[in-house]
Amino acid sequence: MTAAATAPTPTTTAARSVDYPAAERAAIDASTRGPVLFFFSNAMLWLALATVLGLIASIQLHSPTFLADIPWLTYGRIWPAYTNVLSFGWASLSGMGVALWLLARLCRVEVKLPGVLITGGVFWQVGLTYGIISILAGKSTGLEWLEIPTGSAALMLVGYGLVALWAIMLFGFRSQSPAYISVWYLIAALLWFPWTFATAHAAHLLPGVSGVVQSLAAAWAAQNFQNVWLTAIALATAYYLIPKVINRPIHSYNLASIGFWTFILFSGLTGATRLSGGPIPAWVVTLSISASILLLIHIVTVSVNLILTMRGNYHMVYHSPTIRFTFFGAVAFMLASVIGLFSSLRSVDKVLHFTQFQNAQMHLVTYAFYSMVIFGAIYYILPRLVGCEWLSSSMISLHFWGAAYGGGMMIAILLFSGISTGLSLADPEASFIQVMEVSNVYQIGRTIAWSMVALGHLIFGLHFLLMLLRIGQPGGEPTLFAPIGVEEKH
Amino acid sequence: MNRTTSLLTGIIGSFALSVYALVIVPQQQLGGLQPQFTDDEGKIVDIYPIENDGIVKAGRAVYASEGCIYCHSQQVRDEQNGLDIERGWGVRRTVARDYIFDNPPFLGSSRLGPDLSNVGSAKWRNEPENEDADHKPAKRDAKWHLLHLYNPRVIVSDSNMPSYRYLFTKRKISGQRSIEALDVPVEDGYEIVPKPEAKNLVGYLLTLDKSHPLKEVKSTAPAVAAK
Repeated sequence: MTAAATAPTPTTTAARSVDYPAAERAAIDASTRGPVLFFFSNAMLWLALATVLGLIASIQLHSPTFLADIPWLTYGRIWPAYTNVLSFGWASLSGMGVALWLLARLCRVEVKLPGVLITGGVFWQVGLTYGIISILAGKSTGLEWLEIPTGSAALMLVGYGLVALWAIMLFGFRSQSPAYISVWYLIAALLWFPWTFATAHAAHLLPGVSGVVQSLAAAWAAQNFQNVWLTAIALATAYYLIPKVINRPIHSYNLASIGFWTFILFSGLTGATRLSGGPIPAWVVTLSISASILLLIHIVTVSVNLILTMRGNYHMVYHSPTIRFTFFGAVAFMLASVIGLFSSLRSVDKVLHFTQFQNAQMHLVTYAFYSMVIFGAIYYILPRLVGCEWLSSSMISLHFWGAAYGGGMMIAILLFSGISTGLSLADPEASFIQVMEVSNVYQIGRTIAWSMVALGHLIFGLHFLLMLLRIGQPGGEPTLFAPIGVEEKH
Repeated sequence: MNRTTSLLTGIIGSFALSVYALVIVPQQQLGGLQPQFTDDEGKIVDIYPIENDGIVKAGRAVYASEGCIYCHSQQVRDEQNGLDIERGWGVRRTVARDYIFDNPPFLGSSRLGPDLSNVGSAKWRNEPENEDADHKPAKRDAKWHLLHLYNPRVIVSDSNMPSYRYLFTKRKISGQRSIEALDVPVEDGYEIVPKPEAKNLVGYLLTLDKSHPLKEVKSTAPAVAAK
């Protein structure tokens, strides 16, 4: 076994920006310990809640009487609670944790006054908790994609402001220039999110904005949440972890730079595809479709760059948990982006709009891409914070099995059921009710797939808890699926 | 311009472009829309749409609260964008003016159930029921909707819509049986009656009619039955 799998060396471009003594790096990691552990462990609790809510919603789609007599647990409330817990609980908090850790390392500054970050995290979660309770109590805004009531959203924004301000200050006080590509994505993510969230709530609240513009603003904010906030954090993470673990510089820095600028320019213009064919001006949808097509430049540059960086090192997927999760996420990104592009085209959208296909896309981005990359990051970061390595490679393996196969199966089912429902309904003679009865079969498969995901999360949660209790392998050597021997190096 | 300045300028500029193109310009274009009260020749006609008051407002609150939007859309697309009109869900596509008083609008993005844009129109109300159904009220009137809310599977045997029994109460019959009592099996001496929420919701559903002619959109003749 060699330590090269995770040991940073000054020869890589990724490492170039963290080309400083191990003692200093350890001090920086230590300064992030409190807040990052706080964000990760809270995110894990939200992930557990999301898993349960998702399972209930999935069961209700094929067994409509399940928990139907409890108003708090009716499908119409469980579903928005699930998507909001997944997005603002699990995804956002874990993302803040990863972003902080990466920024401290890449900007080469220690985190000062970590209490501010924790206060921010508390505000965010108090707001979110109140928001989720409101949804379950039937007091949401009623506006799809923007269900959390404005008061709760305001609390969340205050908390977010503290976290983002502290994170951006790390960038401001950096002692490492020029900034690595991951830093660009992180700063973009941190600056974009609060304004889209606030603008959408303002559009809902302001008296002059009524009717479909509210829906358009909410669609725009939801799309930006996925395609800017989550995507930027996950790409920043992948751009850091992949070169780091395989110990090789990112293939092309210019390509990464072109990718970033096309991303930042076009991603934010794609939101109106969610209302394609709807009662909004056609030009807005056309603009969003054009932006989706132009994003192809971003998809190609990121994919080519990551694939060429990985070239010759694919065996690392076999050895390193971090690479296995992160690379799975990167492939899901490519898939999600290409599917997103094709389904934005009017001829495709008219068949797939209103079907489970949309749901599949949401899970491709939020789960198969974003969450998998973040799982990879947690496997990498946590040992550096708690001082011991993950206890069991079998547990990591089982988590991957549940998340990748369960999640993959669920997404495949949703994609297939969307296409099949859409095509059946393209026949005007087909009765809507009968087509829906057929699609019930898919929902059962989805519950089975989600149960696999839940099992994976349960094992991951347990493993995470053991790490917090410092129960693990001695620090220093990463826990690998299989040792990296000479014979393994193809 | 150094790298940091160009990075920050790029991020802020791209956000400004995004919010301008997708929120501000559409608001400028649609924000001033008023109800229509004249036809093409300038003749005074019925005002459409009208503000959501009374039972419509109360019913919309229940619609939002129960999350009806996650399975039912309220938008009809034109012939180039799917078969909504051919399917009988409306006689014309819905346009921005249909929603000017809706705060928020219930456009919906998922159809696990049918579109409800015109569920209160005369055509939907008077339409014959699913022929395979075990139980067939004559029309989709208030009585039909209440029964369907209470237990959708009484009317559509394989429906996957949840029951909303919590919007109803079971109570002892005092004196005469209420005229609102549902026609469902219940133990002797008791009746099932809708709570105000159920009545408001159904009242709202029965006002849903986006078939009113508008100048900016062509209507087709209602030829087929909704399916």
